[in-house]
Amino acid sequence: MKFIEFKNVTKTYGNGITACADVSVEINKGEFVFVIGLTASGKSTFVKMLYREEKPTKGTVNVGGVNVGALRNRKVYKFRRKVGVVFQDFKLLPQLTAYENVAYALECVGMKAKDIRPKVLDALERVGLKDKVRSFPDELSGGEQQRVCIARAIVNSPKLLICDEPTGNLDPKTSKEIMDVISSINKDLGTTVIMATHDKEIVNRMKKRVLVINNGMLVGDYEKGSYKASESN
Amino acid sequence: MRKEVIKPVKAIRIFGRSVRDAFKSVIRNFSLSMASILCVTITLIIMSVSIIVACNIKEATKTIEDEMHIIVYMKSDATDEDKDNLEAEIKNTENVREFEYISKESQKQSMEEYDELFKTLLDYLDTNPLLSSFIVYVDDIKDMDDTAKELEKLPNVETVKYGEQTVGEVVDAFDIIEKVTLGVVIAMLLVTIFLISNTIKLTIFSRRSEIEIMRLVGASNTAIRLPFLFEGLIIGIIGSIIPVFVTIYGYVILNNAMNGRIFTELLKLIEPYNFVFYVSAVLVGIGALVGMLSSAHSVRRYLKI
Repeated sequence: MKFIEFKNVTKTYGNGITACADVSVEINKGEFVFVIGLTASGKSTFVKMLYREEKPTKGTVNVGGVNVGALRNRKVYKFRRKVGVVFQDFKLLPQLTAYENVAYALECVGMKAKDIRPKVLDALERVGLKDKVRSFPDELSGGEQQRVCIARAIVNSPKLLICDEPTGNLDPKTSKEIMDVISSINKDLGTTVIMATHDKEIVNRMKKRVLVINNGMLVGDYEKGSYKASESN
Repeated sequence: MRKEVIKPVKAIRIFGRSVRDAFKSVIRNFSLSMASILCVTITLIIMSVSIIVACNIKEATKTIEDEMHIIVYMKSDATDEDKDNLEAEIKNTENVREFEYISKESQKQSMEEYDELFKTLLDYLDTNPLLSSFIVYVDDIKDMDDTAKELEKLPNVETVKYGEQTVGEVVDAFDIIEKVTLGVVIAMLLVTIFLISNTIKLTIFSRRSEIEIMRLVGASNTAIRLPFLFEGLIIGIIGSIIPVFVTIYGYVILNNAMNGRIFTELLKLIEPYNFVFYVSAVLVGIGALVGMLSSAHSVRRYLKI
């Protein structure tokens, strides 16, 4: 079942750089897709267009029936509530504890406090951080902060989880743990996961669908497990 | 996407959380909050001083203006009936605030009391050489010239006296003083607004990533803006506490030290109560409003509306 559709998407930035050139791709519900490419290849732009951080210059990006590029700025927040985003630099609110950071995503929707609590604790338990709920971000390790970020992304039970280099700042062991968390979310909750990364080891190990982006163009679309990083580079 | 209607209950919940988050943020970003609060405090103290000075100048000029009057001398052969007619005419003249009648007898009496010399002089004369007069106070001294001319035309008026020259000079001088003080107060207000909003802008600049994150997790623009709005309000109100105390105690102490006047008995300081409370209310109002508006405005820039 088609969930995400890029149709002839082109993105040109104000400085003339084309970060995405005529990309068309479909992604089904429940899929786990890697988006790989070198630095400045345009994979970040590809991912950003999914959660409307960037608008396509040409073409349409359709996520779950929403034409994302056509959303007005002031309406974006409603769409954002339906997707979870995990970042390389975590983007946690520094003055809020782990619990509050996760709860914030529900509070701003106006949910009742007594409904929020079990959901937040549930999300934090899923990422294995139940004993750190009262810690502030700067008291947590990088891996733990990324877990908080993931918990925040999934607490709304989104249909789509977008990960922009989630393991970029983490050591291999922690990266593996984070990948286990993300893949369990994909498996247990049926959440569609799209992950931009340049960590070849992870891509090779996970054996998932892989989109290769180079110079803003989609140069490869490999089925599950058929991609070997060593072959293309 | 399904259209989402924000229900009142949700709105109240978001509102309540905004207030809570605002307090939390003031406390957890203590050093930044302190910088803003101090800025509000200092500028409001300066604001308070300029308001108090301006109000006192205004009051002093008003006192002097109130003292200025026109003396209308009645013809010596006027009868009592003429006097009543003239009184009615004066009453109907434009710009007349109030007036009092001084008969020539009472005039003579007060002159005699004033100096022995007058008494001996006046005693030489069989008749009273003085004229009965009306002392006329006006609403607006700028129009005193015109009023005096009007009064002169009335029947049974011998002559009209007022300090033509002085009135013109006083009017001009007060005009300048009034404009200067008003200019100073407005300038101070602008400086206050600029300083407070700039400091708050800086604190919000340092938290733009916070706003970005709020947007990313799906907070509506209102939900993002409200806590900052309340934060600005809290900072404005806390910042005005010290200025309020400085205003109340400072002015009362000053008033006592100067015995409630400015150098001469003629110019009185404004009575401290309720004046200090009005000034305090203005200060709190400026602090709260500027704090609130400038933070709401600064957030707006990062909202990509």
